Formats: sequence, C-alpha cells, structure tokens
Amino acid sequence: MTLSFRPEILWSDALLFLLLAALAVFAWQVGRHEHLREPWRRVGRSRMGMGAAVLLAAYALVGILDSLHFRPALPAEPGQPVHYAAEVHSVLDTLVGPLRTQVEETYSAPLALHLYAKETMELPDGRQVRDFPRLKFGGAHLAGVEARAGDIAGHIGMGLLAGGVASALALGLALVFVGLGAGPQGPSGSPGHLGITGAWSALSRSSSLAGLRAGLIVLCLLLLLAAAVIQLAPHYHILGTDKVGQDVFYLSLKSVRTGLLIGTLTTLIMLPLALFLGVAAGYYGGRADDAIQYLYTTLNSIPGVLLIASAVLVAQVYIETHPELFDTAAARSDLRLVFLCLILGMTSWTGLARLLRGETLKLREMDYIQAARAFGISHLRILGRHILPNVAHLVLIAVVIDFSGLVLAEAVLSYVGVGVDPVTASWGNMINGARLELAREPIVWWQLAAAFVFMFALVLPANLFADSVREAFDPRAGGQA
Amino acid sequence: MAMNGGLSVRGLRVAIHHEGGDRAMRPVDGVDFEVAPGECVVLLGESGCGKSLTALALMRLLPDGLELAGGQARLGDTDLFALPEQDMRRVRGGRLAMIFQEPMLSLNPVLTVGQQIGEALEAHRHPTAEQAAAETSRLLQAVGLEDRHGTSYPFQLSGGQRQRALIATMLAGEPELLIADEPTTALDVTVQAQILRLLKQLRSERGMGLLLITHDLDVARDMADRVVVMYAGQVVEVASREALYARPFHPYTRKLFSVLPSAHQRHERLEHIPGSVPPLGTVFTGCRFAERCALAWERCHAEAPDSQTLDDGHVARCHLVSAPRPENAAGAGYPPETGRKTAEAEQVAAELLEVTDLAVHFPIRKGLLRRTVGQVKAVDGVSLSLKRGETLALVGESGCGKTTLAKAVLRLIEPTSGSVRLEGTTLDRLDGNALRVARASMQIVFQDPFASLNPRMRVGEILEEGLRSLRPELHRGHRADVVAGLLEKVGLGRDAALRYPHAFSGGQRQRIAIARALAVEPRLLICDEPTSALDVSVQAQILSLLQDLQAGQGLGYLFITHNLPVVGYLAHRVAVMYRGRIVEEGVAQDLMGRPLHPYTNLLLDSAPGRGLPEVAAAPAGRPEAGVGCSFAARCPMAVAECAQAAPDTSTLAGGRRVACHRVVPE
Ligand SMILES: Nc1ncnc2c1ncn2[C@@H]1O[C@H](COP(=O)(O)OP(=O)(O)OP(=O)(O)O)[C@@H](O)[C@H]1O
Ligand code: SF4
Ligand code: SF4
Ligand SMILES: [Mg+2]
Repeated sequence: MTLSFRPEILWSDALLFLLLAALAVFAWQVGRHEHLREPWRRVGRSRMGMGAAVLLAAYALVGILDSLHFRPALPAEPGQPVHYAAEVHSVLDTLVGPLRTQVEETYSAPLALHLYAKETMELPDGRQVRDFPRLKFGGAHLAGVEARAGDIAGHIGMGLLAGGVASALALGLALVFVGLGAGPQGPSGSPGHLGITGAWSALSRSSSLAGLRAGLIVLCLLLLLAAAVIQLAPHYHILGTDKVGQDVFYLSLKSVRTGLLIGTLTTLIMLPLALFLGVAAGYYGGRADDAIQYLYTTLNSIPGVLLIASAVLVAQVYIETHPELFDTAAARSDLRLVFLCLILGMTSWTGLARLLRGETLKLREMDYIQAARAFGISHLRILGRHILPNVAHLVLIAVVIDFSGLVLAEAVLSYVGVGVDPVTASWGNMINGARLELAREPIVWWQLAAAFVFMFALVLPANLFADSVREAFDPRAGGQA
Repeated sequence: MAMNGGLSVRGLRVAIHHEGGDRAMRPVDGVDFEVAPGECVVLLGESGCGKSLTALALMRLLPDGLELAGGQARLGDTDLFALPEQDMRRVRGGRLAMIFQEPMLSLNPVLTVGQQIGEALEAHRHPTAEQAAAETSRLLQAVGLEDRHGTSYPFQLSGGQRQRALIATMLAGEPELLIADEPTTALDVTVQAQILRLLKQLRSERGMGLLLITHDLDVARDMADRVVVMYAGQVVEVASREALYARPFHPYTRKLFSVLPSAHQRHERLEHIPGSVPPLGTVFTGCRFAERCALAWERCHAEAPDSQTLDDGHVARCHLVSAPRPENAAGAGYPPETGRKTAEAEQVAAELLEVTDLAVHFPIRKGLLRRTVGQVKAVDGVSLSLKRGETLALVGESGCGKTTLAKAVLRLIEPTSGSVRLEGTTLDRLDGNALRVARASMQIVFQDPFASLNPRMRVGEILEEGLRSLRPELHRGHRADVVAGLLEKVGLGRDAALRYPHAFSGGQRQRIAIARALAVEPRLLICDEPTSALDVSVQAQILSLLQDLQAGQGLGYLFITHNLPVVGYLAHRVAVMYRGRIVEEGVAQDLMGRPLHPYTNLLLDSAPGRGLPEVAAAPAGRPEAGVGCSFAARCPMAVAECAQAAPDTSTLAGGRRVACHRVVPE
C-alpha cells in the first residue's frame, strides 16, 4: 500500500509545531492554576480582546493549513517505485485548488475579464488587432462584460446565504454554550437551566458576556465574508493578478504563513535567550550581571538593520554555494525564512532581557525569596518556583506586543531586499513587486492594496489583543494578579 | 451650622463606579464633621475605613473609578463641591492644603525645594521676586529647615526633612485648613515626634484648622482637640480628646483601646476584636459593627443606629446611647478575655543563640570598574544572647541595621566577621548540608505580609516548601497532615491550604507566614516588625498567637520592632541599637522604666502618647565618619571625651549593659 503523497516537514513547520505544542502545554498549565486563569478570564470578558482574538484565530488557521506540507506522488508504472513530485504543496494549496493553478499571462485588475496589457491578437477571420485579450480563467464562463455584474451579485448572494447559515449555526452553538452555564460565569452564577430565552437575554445583555458577544459578531461577519469569497474566487481573480499572472488573493493567503512565522518563530528563538540571560543577570548579579549587561549594550549599539542585512547575505551565499543540501526549492527558501527568524531573534532579545533583569533584581530581594533561602532551597528551585512564575506575565505581554512589530519588520526587510527569499510569498515581497509598477499609467494598485489590507487586518487585531492582554495582566487594573 | 471659616462636612458619600450597578459600593457613606479654625481634629480608624478617601473627596482629588455620591462640604462660606474646577484649583493648595504619607511622591524630584515653594507662592499670592525669596526663607524657617535646604533637591533630604519641605510648600498658600494624611507613618518615632510638634505649633501660630488622619491612638492623644472615629465608611463616635480617652463610649472605640498592648498588660491576654472589617459592598441591615460587637443584641442586627448626642458632648452612632442594653439579651457582654493570664514559657537556662562581635560591612562601589571606595558598617560588632523561651526585643531607628543583623544571623547575608552560635553549634563555617540542617532551627517572619508570600503558589505549597527541603524524610501524606496541623495551630482552617495568598487579609497572611516558619520546627524565630503593617486589632491577635506558640513550644524570639508599647508588653529583654551597635541592653521593665543611655531616653520620650515633650536633641544627620561615640552629634549629654573615643560597653547591676562614657558602673 503506497500513499498518494508524502508528508514533508520543513524546518519552519517543525518549529511551528513545537511552538503549538508549547502553547498547548501553557494552556494546560493555565487551566490548572486559578491565579493564571483569572487574567485570561478578564481577556475573555474584554470586547476588544475577543473580537481581535477571532480575527487572529482566522489568520492562525490559514497559517497552520499552509504549514501542513506534502509532495504528491507522480503517476507511476505499476511495479515501479513511486516517485514524488519535486514541488511541495500544502493543505491550503489543495483547498484553494483553482486559485493556484489558474495563472494568467500578466496583470489583470480585480474582478476583471480582460488582461491589463494590450496584445496583438488574431481574429477568427485572420485580421490582427491590438486589444485587451480576455483572461484565460477570470470570468471565462461569461459571454461578455455585460453579464458580469449580475453574475457577481448572484455569487455574492449565494455566499451571503451560506454565510448566514453558518453564522446562525455559530450563534446556536453559543446559545447552547451559555445556556448550559459553561460560558464564562453565567450571570446567575449557577450553571445550567437557563433555557433558550434566558440564554438569549444573557448573551445579548449580560456585561460578563460582552467579550463572547463581540467575538460572535466578528465571527459572523467573517463567516459572511469568507462564504462570499469562496463563491466568487473560483470564477474571478477577486484581487487581480500580478506580473506573472498569479492570483493576488492566493499570494496574500500564502503570505499569511510567512507573516505569522516571522512573528512567532522569532519569539521562540528570542525567548530562551532573553529569559535565561535576563533572569541570570538579575538573580546572580555580580560578574554574571556585568558580562550580560556588557553583551546587550554592545549588541544594542550596532544598528539592527546592518546586522540583519549582513547575516542574511552570509546565509544567502551559503545556501547558494551548497545547493546539494536541499532537495526542493521550498526547502531552500524555507531555510532562509528560518534563518531570518533566527537573526531577528538574536537581535531582539535585549529589550526583554533588560526588563527581566530589572524585575528579577527586584524580586530577588522580596521577602518570600529570602524566606525560601532561609529554608536552604537551591538556586535553581528558587528560579523555577519563585522567579519564573512571577515574571511570566511580563514575558507574555512582551511577546504579544512584539508580534506585530515583527510582522511589520518582515515587510520592511523584504522590501529592502534582505528579508525572505524572493520566491517566498510574503507581504514584503508583494509590496516590493508593486513598487516597480507604481509609476505605470494607469496605476497597478491592487497588489499593494491587498498586501496592505491583509497586513493591517493582522497587525491591528494583534495590537488590540496585546492591549487587552496587558490590561488583564496589569496588577493595577483591579484584582490581585 | 456654618461657621466663620472652618470646615463643615455633611453627609459625604463616595461611590465606586460599578459596571453592573446592582450593588452600591460606598467606601465613604455619610460622613459628618466640623473643623473649627485653629482646631485639630483627628480622623481615626483602621485601614480601609475610608479616612483617606474622605480627605481626597474634600480636595476633589478622588482617584479614577471613584466619584462623589452626595454630601456637602463648606470651607468658610464656600461650597467646595459646587465650585467650578477652575476655582477649585485656586482653593487647593491655597485655602485648603493637604500633605501625604509619602512626601517623596508629592514633591517633584527635579525641582529644588525652594523652587517648589516659589511655585506655590506664585500660584496663590503672586509676590514680587524679592517678596518671594523672603517668604520662602520665612517658610523654611517656620518648618525648621535652613535656607540652604531651599537649594536642595528632594532626594538630598532625609525623610523627615522632606516632610518638612512638603509642609512648607503647603503653607505657602496660607491655608485655612491643612489636611495631613498619616504624615508620619513612614517616619521614625524620633522624627515623627518632631513633625507632630511642628504641626501643632504651626496650627496655634497661624490659627489654621488641622485635620489629621491617623490609625494611631497615641498620635491622636498627643494631637487632637477632637477625635472623629470612623468605621466602615461612617463616623461612629465624635468626642473631645479628654472625653474620649477618659470614657470612650462606642463599643468599637472601647475595643480599640483595649487591644492596644502596653507594659501594664504584661502577662495578661490582650483582648480581641473578633472577625474583621466588613468588605466593601457588604449590605448592612443593622449596625455596621454588629457582627463584631460584644454588646450587640437583636435590635442592633435589625435597625441601623443614628448618630446621637450624649450629655457630655459625645456623639456616638450606637443604640446604647438612647436605650440601655436589655437585661435578658443574649451574648456575653464585656469582658470576655481581659485579665486572663497568659501562659509563660519556661525559660530554660540553656542559651539558644549567642552572637559575638558580629559585623556586616557592605562595600560601597563607585565608578566604571566598581572599585570599593568605602564601607557601610550596617552591623558593627554586635553581641547578643537569647535563652530558650525568651523574647529579646531589638529596637532602633530605621536604617540602624536591625534587619541586616537578623539576616546575618540567618546567614542570608554573609557576615564580615564575628560568630553565631545556635544551641552550642557554631554556624560560621557551616555550609552545604550542615547549614541546611542548622537552618531548620531558626526561621524568620517578615514585616510586609504582602511581600512575604509568593502570590503564585497555593498556601499549601508555600507551607510544604520548607518541609520538602529541610525534612525530606516526610512522605507526601504525612506532609499534608503537617500542613493542616500548622494551619490549625495559627488559627486558619485546613481548607486554607488550597487557596492563594491574595484571598487572605494582611493579618491572615501574617499567620500563614508564621505557619511557614514553624513548619520546620525551629527553636529560634526572628520576627522583623511582624505587626507594623497591621491594624491594631489584628496586631493583638498576632501577638497573642506568638505568645501561645512560645508557651507551647519554648520558642525563642528575636523581636525586631519600633513599637515601644509592644516591647513593654511582650519582651523579656530589650536591646537598643544605634548605627550598627547595641548601645544599651537589659531586662525590659527595668530598661523601659529607667533608661540610662541618652539614645534610649530619646527613643522613649519620642514615643507617641506621651504628650510630645520637648526633647533636647539635634535632628538625625548624615553619618559622620570618625572616632568617638556615633551618637555624639545628637547627644544632649555629650562631653569632650565623647568625640575622641568610642565608649566601651560596661555591665551594670542587674545585667544591664550600656555603651556610654557618662554611664559608669557604680
Ligand atoms: N545590600 C546592601 N548594600 C548596601 N547597603 C545596605 C544593604 N542593605 C542594607 N544596607 C544599609 O545598611 C544599613 C542598615 O540597614 P537595615 O535594613 O539593616 O536597617 P533596619 O534597621 O532594618 O531599618 P528599618 O527599620 O528601616 O527596617 C542602612 O544604612 C542600609 O542603607
Ligand atoms: S448599635 Fe449595637 S452593635 Fe452597634 S455598636 Fe452599638 S451595641 Fe454594638
Ligand atoms: S558616649 Fe557621650 S555622646 Fe555617646 S551617648 Fe554617651 S554621653 Fe552621649
Ligand atoms: Mg528592617
């Protein structure tokens, strides 16, 4: 029995799964400890936080689907060993099927039927004309431009209908959830027996469910939008095509993974460094402190962009001179992505480390640490049981806040040309590509706009979410943390 | 009843913004009082009863989330709550001024004291430059600072000097009323006495009203013309000082007096106020104090009492004013516990702790290379001894090295020299496992119950931590039993083990901290100001607990405190510390009754509740490096000899030890 595909785990996939596992462990820990759960409950009650969380979850879903990679089997003679394609696909590629394969000649505007450039065409009667040719795929089923508006409206209508059904389903689930009292503390305090009307009035009014309400609203809007897009996208290039005719919507979706990876993997690399060095400097003091402070002061005084640029160039040269190390193109560009995360991580740990050093310095003198020392408890245990849990909220806040900064940093670096591999789909690369066409008349605006909208829709909720996390974990914002 | 000048407050209410809005949370709930010009009114109450919020409401400076929910306040003929904010800004710091507990937070750290006084003058009196300079220097003098302090930045001043500087800026607007919110709580007794004297003197010189907020009954006795006692957001009693201290009427006030420890009550059990202050948001049907009142009867639970005036001018909010307590009412009435003797621990002759010539010097490092340029001699040759079952009190001003000494005994700080013997074992060179074993015999309870428990651990885990480390032979089930037993011993239920520290009040946390220390069955317990962060009613509970534990287990206590009544009540012997040295040591009653060292004298005279006698002593200055007695700069008895050689410690009759040239063994 042979599979029709072979799973392929790229470096970045492996790291991403590691991160997800770490998150799962963290969530489990939070669930077990009341004092850890409480601030998250506060996040759950915040309208801003939950609305943003739904959007972020949608992005995360796209990113994870795009990280399940495989190589399809090539058709093989019976009896022959199966060969697999050199091209690596992801589950997302399969799901969006036609978007990837429907490649036009060159630019076309969103929802257009014709190319954006004139070509010389031969008419059936043999005459040659220069005109905008019809697209091969976009709206190919239509007879002419006149039919387009009605067709689009029809698809959107169908989509909204499907989205409406899905939203109603989500709403129903939420009602059951609230009705069973499983929601974040039903208003009556007693679980169960709310009944459907009770659940409805609780969901629509109770202030403790404001977060859930906001999340639901965002979810419903998102479902409507997604359903409409799903209806429309197979028949049109809803965000147009780029220079080589690739669907911009597809590229934007693929860029989600890149953005998320940069935002999260960098953290994965930066975190151990910052935690270890920051806490060690604060706790042990003396020579260790001097050395670590010297290290980050030095690092901080080198301009970050220069450091990143030179490191990326070194990596690029290495990759190019060792082609035998990579059996697919995807593996090669993936390594560069991982390397970019690595170098970003190496340069961005200093801020958090400094913060942790200060906090540890303060904690070290706390009476409960002195009491623990009076019990003769070892330094490692003190670090693990007393210091780490008490700086965890700082780490969390820093990580969430850094995320959006890193996503933007990728865009800037790719634009300058020291970011991810030019063949990797990323918002930075999209902007870089669009830059060249901005001078064109009429202007090719959709590539830039798509990258901008997608990035904005990630960074804004990330910032809002970071805000509500910080508020929830801020000890001054009511209730002992 | 508007007065000429003076403040009159009627029905003041402060509410907390609350999302649901279903439960009204009113930390201040209908407060009435007056302050006549030139009068000092003390607002007295335990933490959380709404004293500070009352003051902030008057200033219209309530923090976010709180709002004025009713009432009226008139200063002279101005209705404070009706003024537009712009006019209020002129009143604030002008006719109505306020000083806070922590002067560092109220002074701007980047402006000199003179500049800040000048700013205040500018805002309220628009003087010319010469006038301003003259007035600034006059104000500095008025608060006992010198002109040169005008050019100092706040961080260059000591705590007491900062408080003086703050008072000077507040006087700049020539206030009719000065509100002082715990102005001396962060200060040493000696400095506290100076500041209180200053306030008293300014009040009579300038004829301004003074509203002093404090939790300290002794401070109130020294300062007040009238006392307003608050409980759970309401005024429960108003009386002139004489009337209040002679015959407190309200059951709460009476309880407050009875829980104060003092030397007279030695060997007697302190009274308790059962329960604790009702949490915010409690819905009251009857008297707010009913749950804790020993005299409460049915009516108290059903009907809220009004403020009523007694014949002697007392105003009290209690049903007892109008009606005597029914004969047949249930409940024990007074006094359930007073007069009961405490059990005394047997003092075995065996020495528990012997400290010989212990010194801790902290290096002062400067510059890039962190070279050592000098030393802070935080502890400078201290010798002490303690028997089993004995309490040795260690008293002295802040920064004299008490905590450092304690930590050095525990080897939390490595001593520079000297030796510590615990039950005959010398600890100096122990390390690793041997030190761990020794640590089981000595433990510490810290001052701040909010900093001494890890907020991320359950109480059970906190208590088990020491057991795991120092008694690893216990298996899990047994450990849980030990923890439950400990919790019961300190008066908490065994279910406390499952909760986190933030679920407990300050007093309960201190009990947990004590239980943690007891877990490893120490023989020596060092208590570093264990009750100074607690309310008096809670302090009484903790002191009783400590006494019971001592009687039961023969614990030896090294009890660090600055509260002299507690020393008189609890300690067997007292050691007085000044700048890293023990200047006097002796049996508690003897030493407190007949102090020999000038510094001990100063400390005792500065203690509140003695009417603030004028003490002849220079204010505490910076440490001067040099030979001679370290107290010489402040000592009223200093002679030429004192500046030349440090006095030796001489032992007098009765085991008293004193280090002073003027005290010679007869
Ligand atoms: N780690 C340290 N490094 C340098 N100096 C220190 C250190 N710890 C304490 N000191 C200094 O040692 C002196 C004694 O401090 P210590 O904390 O023992 O005083 P204390 O008597 O306990 O005061 P308080 O009543 O305020 O608690 C002070 O001058 C303090 O500034
Ligand atoms: S009214 Fe009753 S409960 Fe309240 S203080 Fe008076 S006697 Fe006690
Ligand atoms: S030795 Fe001199 S200066 Fe020191 S306390 Fe005694 S009399 Fe005062
Ligand atoms: Mg101390």
